[in-house]
Amino acid sequence: MNFIVSTWAIVVKDVRSELRTRYALNALLMFVVTSVATILFALRDDELSPEILSGMFWVVIFFTAMSGLSRIFVSEEERGTTLTLQLVASPSVVYFGKLLFNSGLTLILSSAVTVLYVVVFPAFVIKSPLIFGFTVFLGSLGFASAATIIAAVIAKANTKGTLYPVLSFPILIPLLMTVMKSTARALDGELFTAALGEFQILVSYLLVMTAGSYLLFDYVWKE
Amino acid sequence: MESGGHSMNRVTITAHDVAKDFNRRQIFRDISFSLSLPSSLAITGKNGAGKSTLSKILAGLIGSTRGSITYTLNDKQVGIEKFKHSIGFVSPYLNLYDEFTALENLQLLSRIRATTQQNEGRMKDLLSLVNLWQRRDDLVGTFSSGMKQRLKYAFALLHNPNVLILDEPTSSLDEEGIEFVQRIVRQQKEEGVLIVATNDKEEAGWCAKEIHVGMPER
Ligand SMILES: Nc1ncnc2c1ncn2[C@@H]1O[C@H](COP(=O)(O)OP(=O)(O)O)[C@@H](O)[C@H]1O
Ligand SMILES: [Mg+2]
Repeated sequence: MNFIVSTWAIVVKDVRSELRTRYALNALLMFVVTSVATILFALRDDELSPEILSGMFWVVIFFTAMSGLSRIFVSEEERGTTLTLQLVASPSVVYFGKLLFNSGLTLILSSAVTVLYVVVFPAFVIKSPLIFGFTVFLGSLGFASAATIIAAVIAKANTKGTLYPVLSFPILIPLLMTVMKSTARALDGELFTAALGEFQILVSYLLVMTAGSYLLFDYVWKE
Repeated sequence: MESGGHSMNRVTITAHDVAKDFNRRQIFRDISFSLSLPSSLAITGKNGAGKSTLSKILAGLIGSTRGSITYTLNDKQVGIEKFKHSIGFVSPYLNLYDEFTALENLQLLSRIRATTQQNEGRMKDLLSLVNLWQRRDDLVGTFSSGMKQRLKYAFALLHNPNVLILDEPTSSLDEEGIEFVQRIVRQQKEEGVLIVATNDKEEAGWCAKEIHVGMPER
């Protein structure tokens, strides 16, 4: 019971902090707008295949998520509040609180990118909404989970932000390949059952990543 | 402080041959002591001797390289995650959130701690004690360093800790601030465990025992 109360209190703290400072939100918004605009200028007149559209869709989410979510522990570290948080909460509470916050942020982000793509690219037609919905949901959670542990590692490293996308790329390759394939299926209008294999991979990825991070977090968090 | 009072559990903190290295450089070694309430200990030493490091190790915020710290609560040995809720810590390395007001900081942090009910009355008492009640709705980011230090005391005392650890207790404080620190110190060492890390002789004198950290000169 206390565990849930504490974890939720961390989420509340981070949401309120975000609403005041707009640190992650502003970074996310700038990234989404500039990258989608660039893609739009480059590809406006081309006939785009579902594979390319799906790739473009996740490229935007990947870089945006990585730039926005990487801040979650660095911001505590920079302001010297890490130890304060350590004093009031156990590592697992901090981990799940931050994971929940990042998951929420990524879900908002991917929904926003979806809307933007539908509006901006006429060829981006979601023919299988169910496949698309599951993919974006599971994919976003997978991103958030990987991003959270990488953010924790980065906060303790000396180079901070710049290393982030580089470090996260190998870890995210299996996820990226799966969500792109599955999104292409959704744009192609395939049957739901065709994407079951991808969903299995996404669920496994999420579980393995979260369990692994949870075990690793104690060591990362406590110098 | 004055109101509410301490509902003290029996606690002990014991350090067994604690040593700390940073990047293979020895900071201190062979630190051993045992504290049970009521008691007070001053950690002294030169700049960079490891006073802050030892106080963080005692609060369970960083690990020791060798040796161990054991904690007991009502005669039962407990892990640090359980014992943490009996520790109050004021330190230059423990900041509060700039984007929240003084009162919000106390509310959010006690909600995260989740051990006791939100106690608005106690928050008011403590903020009045440190003379910040009038400024409770101002962002901490707009506070002077002395005001921030005062707020750290309110945060440290919020949950009636059995063990109070003070690293550089009077840093940035004015005369009035030093006075309330002395009052807190007097009460804590009579009823609980007080640990003060300082290189000020007078502050070290607040405590009954003293331990010197640092490596001998080479
Ligand atoms: N995170 C760290 N990494 C490397 N060295 C550190 C770290 N923290 C402290 N030190 C070193 O440990 C020594 C003790 O520091 P500290 O405990 O802050 O000293 P004091 O509080 O007694 O002035 C110093 O030499 C400091 O440079
Ligand atoms: Mg110090």
